[in-house]
Amino acid sequence: MDKRAAFRSWWLPSLFALPQIILILLFFYWPAVAVLRWAFTLEPPFGGAAEFVGLANFQEVFADPLYWNSVGVSLAFALCGTVATIFIGLVLALAVDRQLPGSAPFRFLYILPYAIAGPAAGMAFRFILSPERGLMASVNAAFPDFWNPAKYGSHALILVIVVFAWKWAGYTFIFLLAGLQSVPRSLIEAAAMDGSGPIRRAVDIQIPMLAPTLFFLLVIMMTEGFVGADTYGIVARTTDGGPNHGTDVMVYRIVEEAFRGLNYSGASAQSLVLIGLIMIFTFLQFRFIERQVHYK
Amino acid sequence: MIQRTPFANALTYGVMIFGFLLLIGPFIVIVSGASQTFQQVNAIPFSFLPQDRLLDNMSTAWTRANLGTAMLNSFVMAGLVTVGKVALSALTAFAIVFFRTPLKGFFFWMVFITLMLPLEVRVVPTYAVAADLFQPVRLLIAAVTGFELSVDWNLLSSYAGLTLPLIATATGTFLYRQFYLTLPDELAEAARMDGSGAIRFFIDMLLPLSRTNMLALTTIMFVYGWNQYLWPLLMVTDPQYKTTMMSLVALLPSENGTPDWNVTLAGSLIIMLPPLIVVAVLQRWFVRGLVATEK
Repeated sequence: MDKRAAFRSWWLPSLFALPQIILILLFFYWPAVAVLRWAFTLEPPFGGAAEFVGLANFQEVFADPLYWNSVGVSLAFALCGTVATIFIGLVLALAVDRQLPGSAPFRFLYILPYAIAGPAAGMAFRFILSPERGLMASVNAAFPDFWNPAKYGSHALILVIVVFAWKWAGYTFIFLLAGLQSVPRSLIEAAAMDGSGPIRRAVDIQIPMLAPTLFFLLVIMMTEGFVGADTYGIVARTTDGGPNHGTDVMVYRIVEEAFRGLNYSGASAQSLVLIGLIMIFTFLQFRFIERQVHYK
Repeated sequence: MIQRTPFANALTYGVMIFGFLLLIGPFIVIVSGASQTFQQVNAIPFSFLPQDRLLDNMSTAWTRANLGTAMLNSFVMAGLVTVGKVALSALTAFAIVFFRTPLKGFFFWMVFITLMLPLEVRVVPTYAVAADLFQPVRLLIAAVTGFELSVDWNLLSSYAGLTLPLIATATGTFLYRQFYLTLPDELAEAARMDGSGAIRFFIDMLLPLSRTNMLALTTIMFVYGWNQYLWPLLMVTDPQYKTTMMSLVALLPSENGTPDWNVTLAGSLIIMLPPLIVVAVLQRWFVRGLVATEK
């Protein structure tokens, strides 16, 4: 993937890259090293010398049932969110790709929720799916206590997954539509000549050819669900991690632990576990990208 | 169409309309609720009909959450993140792609690794850095000279603190890099034959050619900057630097107070509007940018 370099100079490119390198060193590498250091030391929150404690921070984290709860909640959140966004995106992309008259505006409209911040969407959905008013009030009036995210952790988890899926479904839609449009038209036409209908063609030709895109989205959305910029915001403004830690995802727990509990060592140990998880996801993603290059 | 498929066509329209209700429906609920009176918004069943109170509710929300300052701060923050990212990414990608230097691989990997750790997982130590910017410098000086310096400088409650850590990742650099790599080698060679230097080439050729990328990155970064929640929450202690996302709390009906959700929804609507407009207007480039960055 290398270009024949055109210009020869060592100071000019260094100068050009310098601003970004300084920012990255200061706000990326330095903090990344600090996470590593803090995870293995015990630092008193109000200053004083840090003490090396080896794996003790990890032992403490792993012994905490609330930590394992947050792992489970995060997994459920990311997994359900991923499946929902990809499923909705796929169905909509297959529909819009047929280019029936009047379908053009939908393509434009579906992406709009992506612009909305997780916390703002969360606030709105607190109303939209509130048990007492909005859309669910009538259902609750007929079947009391059918839906109550303020009381049941599982309902609250569904609520935050709905916000996540709403926000990201249009995003997967765009990728899948782009993927579908690169499926050769002649292939579809040939299948149509053979007498297979649109649904048959979707199942037998289009979806298998989308496999690389689907896998790519699986990785991207899982990462987004675990550590995405919106995950913390959605949980914080929709359910506050509750009720009863029912929506206490890993990122939320880290921030709570660090800034409310002032337990930097514990929070760093948790961050490190999360970093390990992302690295696995990223590794998978690059393996996949390499494979995709071979396809073409 | 290739063949006549009335059943599949009806199904397709059904799916598209269902998708519309699913993804645009919540906007309709928000706008309707935001335009109703207190009694109407709390009525069961909920009425989707918009009423005439939208502007009243918006102005109530505006004052209650002090949205004037917050909107301005969010615009500055999103604007700086966008401009910083667009400019620095273009420069770094140029350095990585168009020069042969021993530092090239080093730059590349250094920038590349930042794709892996989003701010959220290193938020605790990044906060520590922003709260004590000179710590690395102090440690360095102490290590080299043994001299304990006692200068303090923090970025709390400042635009620099709000934006710099968000600019310090490589998403944009990769968008540009992918694009620069698709340009033919002859382009730079021709520029060199004409006697134009690297900087001339960058300004006269590369920047105009990468206009699409810039618009794409602008959309992505504006939305990203505007929608930041956790970082401003930590960075800002002075209400003067509050962003819109932080104002959401002021809009939430309190447990004991009256649940005037019409005002809450009107306020959320104001806060949602700027990135929504940017995405709607720049959608074409935005979509191109997405598909190009991630693959």
